[in-house]
Amino acid sequence: MAEHAAVIGIGQTDFDAKRLDVSQVGLIREAAERALADAELDWKDIDAVVVGKAPDMFEGVMMPELFLAEALGGVGKPMLRVHTAGSVGGSTAIVAANLVQSGVHERVLTVAYEKQSESNAMWALSIKMPFTPTMVAGAGGFFAPLIRGYMERSGAPEDTGIRVALKDRLNALKNPVAHIKLPDVTFEMIQNSPMLWDPVRYLETCPSSDGACALVIGSEKHARAASNPPAWIHATNMKTEPTMFAGRDQVMPRAGLECSAELYKKAGISDPRKEIDCAEIYVPFSWFEPMWMENLHFAPQNQGWKMTYEGATALDGDLPVNMSGGVLSTNAIGASGMVRFAEAAMQVRGQAGEHQIEGAKKALGHAYGGGSQYFSMWIVADQPLQ
Amino acid sequence: MSEEREPVTRIITPVRVEYTYTPGIASERFLRGVREGKLLGAACDSCGRVYIPSRGACPRCASPTSEFRELSDKGTVITFCVVRVPAANIDVPLPYCTANILLDGADISFTGLIQGCPFEDVRIGMRVQAVWRPESEWGFGIGNIEHFTPIDEPDVPFAKLKEYS
Repeated sequence: MAEHAAVIGIGQTDFDAKRLDVSQVGLIREAAERALADAELDWKDIDAVVVGKAPDMFEGVMMPELFLAEALGGVGKPMLRVHTAGSVGGSTAIVAANLVQSGVHERVLTVAYEKQSESNAMWALSIKMPFTPTMVAGAGGFFAPLIRGYMERSGAPEDTGIRVALKDRLNALKNPVAHIKLPDVTFEMIQNSPMLWDPVRYLETCPSSDGACALVIGSEKHARAASNPPAWIHATNMKTEPTMFAGRDQVMPRAGLECSAELYKKAGISDPRKEIDCAEIYVPFSWFEPMWMENLHFAPQNQGWKMTYEGATALDGDLPVNMSGGVLSTNAIGASGMVRFAEAAMQVRGQAGEHQIEGAKKALGHAYGGGSQYFSMWIVADQPLQ
Repeated sequence: MSEEREPVTRIITPVRVEYTYTPGIASERFLRGVREGKLLGAACDSCGRVYIPSRGACPRCASPTSEFRELSDKGTVITFCVVRVPAANIDVPLPYCTANILLDGADISFTGLIQGCPFEDVRIGMRVQAVWRPESEWGFGIGNIEHFTPIDEPDVPFAKLKEYS
């Protein structure tokens, strides 16, 4: 890595099932303006724009970056579109960070969004394919069998997923922009919610949200000049594997194991559980918390569920996970990865309000997508990497 | 024209995609096989792993899968879920059980419906066999298999299946 880079501005929209008060253009503008205000910058200060979202069929608009360019101040500037399925919010932020770390640009605006109310994501994910009957019902239909595979190999107690969902839904109550807030949520309420894709219950599942997230990434000079504290980017990493190949471990993908191991190496971290203060990770179905605890090397294989069980991932645990309420509470798909990255940055900036982890100095942001095949991650900290 | 009408905030524009699908050499052999009630797998020239259906190359080795061989229509449930939520493009009545099924002789699973037993009885390691539609209804597609049903054979231990899950 050549140059230091840092997050110097963060903006999130309010998230809701249907943001009928704004168009796609208005939605991304809301996030971008909040990020610029946080960075105390104006549109003219931005050198380049990087925008990301999940499949275009989620809104039914092909290449929306074309009509968003003006609203993002992209006219006459370099503008890039990123797409890596559900991990896209993370990889979009990484592309923006790379533009600064490489010394190409000084200040880059990056925005990721989804306006799911404008189409039907479950339809878009269950398209009729030639010569093959459609049976896999959306993302849940794909991931529920993998969760059952994890339950079988780990022997985790059956209520592990309920415990994760309860924690994340309670955390969401502390997050002013979270979409789903259930003030009277209880273990029993989650347990008794309908099975959608057995073994995944309704309240163990993410919602469909409209929303956007924006970051301003600045060079060292601009990070040091900013009046709000920067979140220094220590390391970024992405890794991908095919959806299907013989012998693929779909429950514990090799791409994720290697992506996180390399990330820690780049960031000079030898014991992630000890050295990372909190993690905001992509958990669209509650059981993915224990699965990713193992994939991210926070727990030995088949023992990730113990972290949930022992309260290690709670706000007062030794590795708080999904302080914001996570994807379970807010899921504008294309934005979700960037929201994870943003939450990690907010924590080390001391900006997370009621869900702030006291003294958080180093945080992980994580996203995944496709059939557990795209991974993007970063480590941010309150000081530059030595 | 009244000026008091509500502003237009949303319109519905249905999307439709029509395309000509070219299966390619490997998929075509699979589809012609299934038209005759045969399940053709193809083995990787390098690692020997058997794909069904094969796209013509092994994603692990980037080698061709040249050798086609007929596989049994019996297999093992690798994992499964019971779907209780509707999806726009799926016409199977709810609830239904889908499983990742590893056919005997294959090294990769594919998705099939499980019928013929209560959902509570479906389990990882359960042995199943294809139930084919009447031959007069066969076309070029895996839909010639209507579903998979349990057979009276001992379960396969999970330790033997883990590599495929």
